[in-house]
Amino acid sequence: MFQYFIRRCLYALPILMGVNILTFVLFFIVNSPEDMARMQLGQKHVTPAAIQNWKQQHGYDLPLLWNESQDSAKKLTETIFYQKSVGLFLLDFGVSDSGRDMATDIKQRMWPSLALALPSLVLGLTVNICVALMMVLFRNTYLELGSMVLCVMLMSISSLFYIIGGQFYIGKVLKLVPISGYASGLDAFKFMVLPVIIGVVSGIGSGARWYRTLFLEEVEKDYVRTARAKGLSETQVLFKHVLKNAMIPILTGVVVVLPLLFMGSLIMESFFSIPGLGSYTIDAINSQDFAIVRAMVFLGSLLYVLGLLLTDISYTLVDPRVRLS
Amino acid sequence: MTLLGMSSILSMPIKRLSVLLFWVALLTACDLTQLNNPYVQDKSAGSVLYSSFSERPKHLDPAVAYSSNEYAFIGQIYEPPLQYRYLKRPYELIPLTTIKMPTVVYRNKAGQTLPENAPIQDIAFTDYILDIKPGIQFQPHPALAKAADGTYLYHHLTPAQLEEITTLSDFKATGSRELTAEDYVYQIKRLANPKIQSPIAGVMQPYIVGFEAFAKQLNAAPKTDLNSLSMSGVKSLGRYQYQITINGKYPQFRFWLAMYFFAPMPWEADAFYAQPHLKAKNISLDWFPIGTGPYQLTENNPNRQMVLLKNPVFHGESYPDSGEPEDQALGLLKDAGKPLPFIDKVVYTLEKETIPYWNKFLQGYYDASGIASDSFDQAIQFAGNGQAQLTPAMQAQGMQLQTEVQTSSFYMGFNMLDNVVGGNSEKARKLRLALSIAVDYEEYIAIFSNGRGVAAQGILPPGIYGNQAGKAGMNPNVYDWVDGAYRRKPLAAAKQLMAEAGYPNGIDPATREGLILYFDSTSTSTEDRPMLNWYRKQFEKLGIKLVIRSTDYNRFQQKMSDGNAQIFVWGWNADYPDPENFFFLLYGPNGKVKHGGENAVNYNNPEFDKLFEQMRNMDDGDERMRLIQQLQDQIRHDAPWIFGFHPKSFVLYHSWYGNSKANLMANNRLKYLRINAEERGAKRGEWNKPVFWPLLIGFIAIVLLIIPAVIAYRRRSLATLLVAQHRS
Repeated sequence: MFQYFIRRCLYALPILMGVNILTFVLFFIVNSPEDMARMQLGQKHVTPAAIQNWKQQHGYDLPLLWNESQDSAKKLTETIFYQKSVGLFLLDFGVSDSGRDMATDIKQRMWPSLALALPSLVLGLTVNICVALMMVLFRNTYLELGSMVLCVMLMSISSLFYIIGGQFYIGKVLKLVPISGYASGLDAFKFMVLPVIIGVVSGIGSGARWYRTLFLEEVEKDYVRTARAKGLSETQVLFKHVLKNAMIPILTGVVVVLPLLFMGSLIMESFFSIPGLGSYTIDAINSQDFAIVRAMVFLGSLLYVLGLLLTDISYTLVDPRVRLS
Repeated sequence: MTLLGMSSILSMPIKRLSVLLFWVALLTACDLTQLNNPYVQDKSAGSVLYSSFSERPKHLDPAVAYSSNEYAFIGQIYEPPLQYRYLKRPYELIPLTTIKMPTVVYRNKAGQTLPENAPIQDIAFTDYILDIKPGIQFQPHPALAKAADGTYLYHHLTPAQLEEITTLSDFKATGSRELTAEDYVYQIKRLANPKIQSPIAGVMQPYIVGFEAFAKQLNAAPKTDLNSLSMSGVKSLGRYQYQITINGKYPQFRFWLAMYFFAPMPWEADAFYAQPHLKAKNISLDWFPIGTGPYQLTENNPNRQMVLLKNPVFHGESYPDSGEPEDQALGLLKDAGKPLPFIDKVVYTLEKETIPYWNKFLQGYYDASGIASDSFDQAIQFAGNGQAQLTPAMQAQGMQLQTEVQTSSFYMGFNMLDNVVGGNSEKARKLRLALSIAVDYEEYIAIFSNGRGVAAQGILPPGIYGNQAGKAGMNPNVYDWVDGAYRRKPLAAAKQLMAEAGYPNGIDPATREGLILYFDSTSTSTEDRPMLNWYRKQFEKLGIKLVIRSTDYNRFQQKMSDGNAQIFVWGWNADYPDPENFFFLLYGPNGKVKHGGENAVNYNNPEFDKLFEQMRNMDDGDERMRLIQQLQDQIRHDAPWIFGFHPKSFVLYHSWYGNSKANLMANNRLKYLRINAEERGAKRGEWNKPVFWPLLIGFIAIVLLIIPAVIAYRRRSLATLLVAQHRS
């Protein structure tokens, strides 16, 4: 297993390198260092000299990928790409183009993202599985049909509608929770109630239908028939046997998103003024802060690779037949 | 409580009593009013103002900050030598940290003093001598903290000291010291420092004597202590007096002295923040300012909340005792002579979206608000005379509306380097004039700005010296004066101009088809499509086909720099209330393509340039006013811009928000404002009573849904059991 782990880590290196190159190329196709300088320097009295000065101060006065004016290895190393990329692989994110230390920012902002994403995931998962099991329990009845119709309806509504509707009805009309905002520690609870509820409700439609499909596949298998033949009640069959055997696809979906929970939710954080990493990335894109965009894309890829690795490892835990080699 | 009641409680079993006590404690601990209060600690107590910011300020260093969201903070923290009168109009400068207005001394090339009325061409230098008030203290700050032996406590931080530090408030000791003239001198040196990248370095370079040489010195030796170098044109004449020497005569320099670029900075701040480990913790001057103003920034989490607290060592200032004639009636002089500031604390919360912000404002959790287009109809209605007023719902909440035409100009520009619309030919000029008539900005304001703006008659917005109201201020090339008001010329006049320009009915004789013009726009979203279609229709009125070239802002900037745009829209917001700050946008040597300046249309008219050069260095007076009108006439005639509109700001505020008067030049308004916290508390309580009954109904509905499911499940289980029993 250790060897497998090391091998997967080594596989990850070219992937991360590729992602880094792609981010770099895409970013600089759209933005030139001059554009970045203009954005950082504001809109008034931005002279060519000020732009040149900014580029020099921030290391954007070098060629992008290849420095013809240098000798040997320096042709590669004396470039924006090299100078800005090496630190990433050492997890040294450096300083953003606006001058802030990114590691500190990321550390600060990942907690609010987690405070929103983790309860949303756990609660959402629980609710979705319960609803899916209920639908399976009452399969071929009007209850299942009604639930399916409801799920399709829930799926068809834009997440933005849930957010604005939730803020309007629960925050404004019922006045039960703050419309938006955030506080640290236990005070975060009252701010998280609404976004978590919205996150869960907006995910029920697709989540419950997905899990229902998984459970329906299992429920027709021989071991389920055997369990019923043994005289187990339907709830025991579903919760003890079907659920356990449906864990692999559930885990595939869940474990892979676990590391990405750090990356935050873009729209939710924006509407609820939650100072997480989702808004960090979108703010960076808007302000053309390449340093942050690059760091966040790299971090996202790294976490995704990590998520896939964790998924593989988790298979061995839920299914003894799976061996990593 | 009666004896019977007491005895019944005492007779309760301990278990039941403890349960009862638990519920009583829980219910009394939970304040069920204002469950939606977004503020954790204070529920309206004290003189606290609640505001918001939608974008984190990039810089709080006064040498760099230049945008309005940055000025909202630094305006309350830093103090330049001068400020604008709060209530009086037109905008007038008064001393802030100085004893009096600067003494201005003109000198010739030989350094001899000249009289005040000396001809401009004789003036080689102007000295601004500023005398600051003694006794002004910097806010308490760790950079100024000293040990008993007089050494600075935190200028050489050890790793052990740094371990405990995550933010500025983690420093246990703070210190303060008196503001001296050297602090102002030091800040001007910072403006010249290439490493700091002040946006006005390029502007000040030709004016302040020795500025460029100082920058070059620093460029050569970037790590040099600014105190060890001197700038020939800026020097301290004593503990409380300093002098700035500028080249020639530049009366607008007084306005720069009211901007935060010229606020004092103690050298200790740079010494403190230069420590690399503090930078790694994001503790920098850009995030933790150090000023002498009425407020200090005590919490800076630009991702969530920023808090200003009253500066405990503020030097003191009084509320103005005079203003406009109507100010008395509006109650704006009630606090005349009282010490400032009135508000103890200001809480700014990050609010990115307008809908939650607006709803929280309506709940009383923000004290003032602008009006987004989504909420406009909910808040504003127009009376029969076109006057904007609050809707009955807003009036019922006791809201107040404040409107003010902003000192900004939005215009449609013609690239004067373009072969078709540019140049000084009569043909091109008539084409531009025809378009000036055809593009109906009154309609634009009504459709796209909810009526929030006034159509521009020239380059100068109302409130700027030289702007004239009434018939005298009309653009006669585009408007007629009818029944005491401006009326846009009929379309026939524009068509006539088109014919004279050689485009009868919009037909281009070269192609014998409709003239094609190109409009470069940064509007790329689908929401912008109606506006772009509107522009297209305006041009179609003259038979011109407008091709929209939507592009992102970067490409747009590049096109503008290269001179590749033909027609575009842009705007300018006044730095200071002087016409020079607008006319320079059309000054030839400021051309964007040739000189990288702010003249985006690349207008180049020697006659205009000559008049501008005469006007810009003159003191206000009849002669200057005459020149300003000549300049206006010239650009109205040449029409390098379609003078678009001056936006009008609409601000709503609650009844407990006092002393508010729009002042587009002053960024330090906060110290004048007043909050009636008691009234706010009462109204918040009244407006924010939670509604629980829908929850109960929801709960009952769920139970009603579950019961048949449970019954059905039980029935099915029983049936399965019976079948099993039957089989066995």
